[in-house]
Amino acid sequence: MAERFTKSMARNIYLGGSAFFVLLFLALTFDTQVRAMPERDNRDQLTEQVVRGKHLWEENNCVGCHSLMGEGAYFAPELANVFDRRGGGDSEVFKSYLKAWMNAMPTNVPGRRQMPDFGLTDEEIEDLAAFLEWTSKIDDNNWPPNIEG
Amino acid sequence: MKYESQRVAMPYFIFALILFAGQILFGLILGLQYVVGDFLFPEIPFNVARMVHTNLLIVWLLFGFMGATYYLVPEEAQTELHSPLLAKILFWVFAAAGTLTILGYLFVDYATLADVTMNKLLPTMGREFLEQPTITKIGIAVVVVAFLYNIGMTALKGRKTVVNIVLMTGLVGLAVLWLFSFYNPGNLTQDKYFWWFVVHLWVEGVWELIMGAILAYVLIKLTGVDREVIEKWLYVIIAMALITGIIGTGHHFFWIGPPDYWLWLGSVFSALEPLPFFMMVLFAFNMINRRRRNHPNKAAMLWAMGTSVMAFLGAGVWGFLHTLAPVNYYTHGSQITAAHGHMAFYGAYVMIVLTIISYAMPIMRGRPYGNSNTAQILEMWGFWLMTIAMVFITLFLTGAGILQIWLQRIPESGEALSFMATQDNISLFYWMRLVAGCFFMAGLLVYFGSFFIKGQASPAEEVRGPAIDNP
Repeated sequence: MAERFTKSMARNIYLGGSAFFVLLFLALTFDTQVRAMPERDNRDQLTEQVVRGKHLWEENNCVGCHSLMGEGAYFAPELANVFDRRGGGDSEVFKSYLKAWMNAMPTNVPGRRQMPDFGLTDEEIEDLAAFLEWTSKIDDNNWPPNIEG
Repeated sequence: MKYESQRVAMPYFIFALILFAGQILFGLILGLQYVVGDFLFPEIPFNVARMVHTNLLIVWLLFGFMGATYYLVPEEAQTELHSPLLAKILFWVFAAAGTLTILGYLFVDYATLADVTMNKLLPTMGREFLEQPTITKIGIAVVVVAFLYNIGMTALKGRKTVVNIVLMTGLVGLAVLWLFSFYNPGNLTQDKYFWWFVVHLWVEGVWELIMGAILAYVLIKLTGVDREVIEKWLYVIIAMALITGIIGTGHHFFWIGPPDYWLWLGSVFSALEPLPFFMMVLFAFNMINRRRRNHPNKAAMLWAMGTSVMAFLGAGVWGFLHTLAPVNYYTHGSQITAAHGHMAFYGAYVMIVLTIISYAMPIMRGRPYGNSNTAQILEMWGFWLMTIAMVFITLFLTGAGILQIWLQRIPESGEALSFMATQDNISLFYWMRLVAGCFFMAGLLVYFGSFFIKGQASPAEEVRGPAIDNP
């Protein structure tokens, strides 16, 4: 770097640049959260049951194996679209599918990846189903590319 | 070592390295579970092992950053640490809290852990990397605030160097952003959006300030290049990091709900995120070329060069590979992400901590010019084994990811393979990754071995000539 580019110029770029982009980021966050998201996350359907399902999702550390909207672990299938993949987009079909699935775990097939038995009640499985159904309806710019997630 | 209180860094470094070993052990368990699905089931299910692997990483890096800070801030400020006693107390508090949390993961069912730690009162658990019980999260916040007080008082009473100011800024940012880990709304899209305020703005934001400051400090010590030159570089690097990295957060907002303007913003700004890392490579190699003395701690010099190159490859190149929205549409949440994560964390944050350890540990052990030649050679073997193993882990995961996308993501619904069928098809890559992981563990053991060799290096040849301030 040539001498005419001084340390104080570098410091001013750092201070000015980061201040500007912090403010821009806050403004964009405001726009995203206040203006845009209510139209995209169908929050009018965010029921108590969905929130209970989210807490079940968290308290059993589902994200430790699965991904949800592509985030989490990559050991087990994506679940943001499992409502469409396994439930065919029908709430009742999905609930009965999820109950059957959860109660069949673990498969104990030797050498296969195993999902623990979390001992959830039927009501809790319905909460979880409601959460996954609500999640599947978020406007996520059409991700994933196909039904397999 | 100029100030006796710098020595409080020692337990932080040692404990960090112990946790590092635990992290790698659980990495191997995970690697085996990828191919032998029921390995250790139901005793240690995959999600538990993964939580231990990632949380150990985060905690040991924090120990490393704290150790680095305790070591370099007093020397930069030219004064003793405000309270060495507080630093020692915080060490034991943090070590106990960290150990209890990991033992909790291993020996208590996660739902039970959530229950007994009263997660219901303030639910924060069960989110990737933020799995810690709320009480542990509060503990981390308290430890970090007390740590910042101790360091802040030290920095304020002494000489205010750019290294100290940048390091403090990074650490304060780390603490402030941690507060978002307590925000967990019932709306998943909001939860995810602000979750990234911790995760992205740490590793692609304020942690880069911490890394830059530590690298600058070590380069000042090793090369003897004029501080003014190094500080100017540091400002430019962190300016680039924040200018690109803050809006670059948008590359995580593509597919989790936020509006589509983030597709553009995230792509453009995160495509520039390799710049600060590239500048770090130029910085490290330039300073070393213009060194005014030949420091006898060659191993520390190797780590300093290595961290800049591997951070650029892992965070910069592997990040860029899948950061543009049209590419990320296919790669998001695939093994490509895992490949990038591994090399980026190793290159940027593991290696910068090992750099400062390599420089500071011998000094604290009464070897001011570094370890003996034999010890340094062994340490460099550890460096190469771990680094090359990590390159192969990354390449194999990238291979797995490309195949996964080809089989599972690219075909139309109906023709694409299911997730599990795809995993079966790419298992060869997982086996090779596991072999590379074993080499990494071997490298780590060699590295540990280097600490047990006695003797020390002799003084440097000293001045090589004046630093010329032209490229």
